[in-house]
Amino acid sequence: MEFPHCQAVPLAGAAVLPPVLFRREILARVDAGWRMLALFGLPCPGGVGLCCLLGRDADGRLAFLRQVPAESYPSLTPDCPQAHLFEREVHEQWGIVPQGHPWLKPVRFTGCPARPEEPRPAPGVTDHFRLRGEEAHEVAVGPVHAGIIEPGHFRFQCSGEDVYHLEISLGFQHRGIEARLIGGPDKRTIHFMETLAGDTTIGHSLAHAALVEALTETAVPARGRAIARIALELERLANHTGDLGAMAGDVGYQPTMAYCGRIRGDFLNLTGLVCGNRFGRGLVRPGGVAFDLDKPTIRELLSRLELTRRAAFGAAELLFLSSTTLARFEGTGRVSAETAREIGLVGPPARACGLPRDARHAFPLPGAGPKDIPMQLHDFGGVYARALVRRLEMEASLDFIHDALIGLPEGPVRQLPAGGLPGGMVAVGLTEGWRGEICHVAVTGDDGRFAAYKVVDPSFHNWFGLAVALRGQQISDFPLCNKSFNLSYCGHDL
Amino acid sequence: MLNILLERLRQGKRTVAFPAAMPPLPPRFRGLPVLAESPCAAGCASCAGACPTGALGADEQGLYLDLGRCILCGTCAEACPGRRVSFSRDHRLASSTRDGLVLRPGGRLPHVAPLEPARRKLFAKSLRLRQVSAGGCNACEADTNVLTTIVFDLGRFGIDFVASPRHADGVAVTGPVTRNMLEATLGTFAAVPDPRVGIAIGTCAISGGLFDGSPETTGGATPHLPLDLYIPGCPPHPLTILDGLLRLLGQQTPPPTA
Repeated sequence: MEFPHCQAVPLAGAAVLPPVLFRREILARVDAGWRMLALFGLPCPGGVGLCCLLGRDADGRLAFLRQVPAESYPSLTPDCPQAHLFEREVHEQWGIVPQGHPWLKPVRFTGCPARPEEPRPAPGVTDHFRLRGEEAHEVAVGPVHAGIIEPGHFRFQCSGEDVYHLEISLGFQHRGIEARLIGGPDKRTIHFMETLAGDTTIGHSLAHAALVEALTETAVPARGRAIARIALELERLANHTGDLGAMAGDVGYQPTMAYCGRIRGDFLNLTGLVCGNRFGRGLVRPGGVAFDLDKPTIRELLSRLELTRRAAFGAAELLFLSSTTLARFEGTGRVSAETAREIGLVGPPARACGLPRDARHAFPLPGAGPKDIPMQLHDFGGVYARALVRRLEMEASLDFIHDALIGLPEGPVRQLPAGGLPGGMVAVGLTEGWRGEICHVAVTGDDGRFAAYKVVDPSFHNWFGLAVALRGQQISDFPLCNKSFNLSYCGHDL
Repeated sequence: MLNILLERLRQGKRTVAFPAAMPPLPPRFRGLPVLAESPCAAGCASCAGACPTGALGADEQGLYLDLGRCILCGTCAEACPGRRVSFSRDHRLASSTRDGLVLRPGGRLPHVAPLEPARRKLFAKSLRLRQVSAGGCNACEADTNVLTTIVFDLGRFGIDFVASPRHADGVAVTGPVTRNMLEATLGTFAAVPDPRVGIAIGTCAISGGLFDGSPETTGGATPHLPLDLYIPGCPPHPLTILDGLLRLLGQQTPPPTA
């Protein structure tokens, strides 16, 4: 079943395919340029059926496929590597076995809720890749890292300084949010959205809002949509600035690190000016936003934005003029475009490999033209490209916010969605957060409540990209490679 | 080299004057909730029904708001027909006791008592903390981390975050302490030599916050560690955290600007 973004469709419209046809359909579409946006289990009479959401960047089409409930099915991963983590996740959650999957390790170490009689594994305790030989050694790090950072467990298989393989084992941050969303929406739903990944409050709450608006056929007032998109770009600016600073810090370049640490806060404070909270808590709501901007606030935003732009570009210019910094950035942590396509990278790491993937272009929100914010591409695929893409995106976001503030449409900022949700529908909310594409998919039951709510944070696609980027690198370059991706732990663990 | 110096001049000195002066907070900042003493309409439970975390309610003593469960979303202020709940712009939310976070109309405000003399003497001029994120969404982490930037310059107070618990004088926990992080959280605290301090940063770490009741979380740090400081917020503003830390060490901090 194909449909455009921002339109809910009846679940009954998707044919329930036998495993062989389900697999053939997905592989054929992936060969034809579609991407896997989500793969999840949907409880239905007779068991748990798989659902797959695919998207085509070229024209923004979405495809929703269903498989009959089955305890096992032929794994997609050998022919479609971007499915590997989704299949592990479905296996862990529902006990459905993808036959032929290369390695069904736990994702979140929850055990299988559908099979409570099986023991729950201890977090991080599973088989790992091992490099054997007299010169081989293993470095294990985490879950608690050196710094104020979320937990995860990393294992490096090394020969001397060279990393042959990095294995990333997450799940420590698992809070059970998706399970809590079932039966919603309720008074906690929007707050869960704002804390799926707390540094992406706007991105996730906007994806959720788009999904609810599609379900309820709510037309968002232009002013409300514009304010939400301003906040989305402010969030991108704050985090891209922080990332440039952190990357500078990881190669010991202090000036940019020190300035960016401060400038990141200046951008967060602009979001605080809009809604009172530096992370945008309380701003985006289904149907629009909860806060309007009056003329003095717009003027203050514009003047502080200009000051912050100068400071941010000054700090970034130092970084890109420093030959010692560039020597560390260039050629480090490369991912080829072919690999990026195979494993399904999204966001700046994908655009740094030359892949034109940007939900603002492929899957724009209603009222947002695909061309109103230019896409930034680079094709070196390494740390340098990921830094440069961020720097260029900051410029695009600043221009966008400036124009949006100047030309803010008049009118209300929110249209309350009318009534409850319709039953038996599928809806999708896609936004381009600062880390990349955020995908929310919901299926409503006959009672108009969420029967399934799948959240795919860009980190879910990209953590494996970090592992690939580190192959053949020196272990001392790990912090730099890591920061050039800067992925979310809680967004992955949910 | 010259361009670095020129940029240094352009960027200027940007460290806030806190605690000598109070930096401005945004006009819409939601700080310490205030409960009015006017009575509720008979049988009205609008605010408690609206609160996403069950922070607000009434018992035999009347209306209360548990700041340790509150995510400062402001929903109750909109829901109350009698306007009994409002949010001030006071950033000072920290308390040295869990009970001190339960607010009542006309009641006492959250209070931070300095550490007792033995630990205060040890830590007043040098406090090294090991931060543990245990299910935190990275907002509390980010606004804790920002204290180490040039804006807040935490080092000038002798406070710093360190990599090893063996080098630390205490642990600062963020997040609702997931089942999968419980062992690592306890292990980190155990690795800090005694005497030590325990700090919960953010509503999740105090009570589990929004995630309280999930079988995958364990109610924050409160049930697991001896805590000396509770800093509510979702996330707490950096100045809320800094204010709490400084008062714990016996320093004076400024009230909010009018």
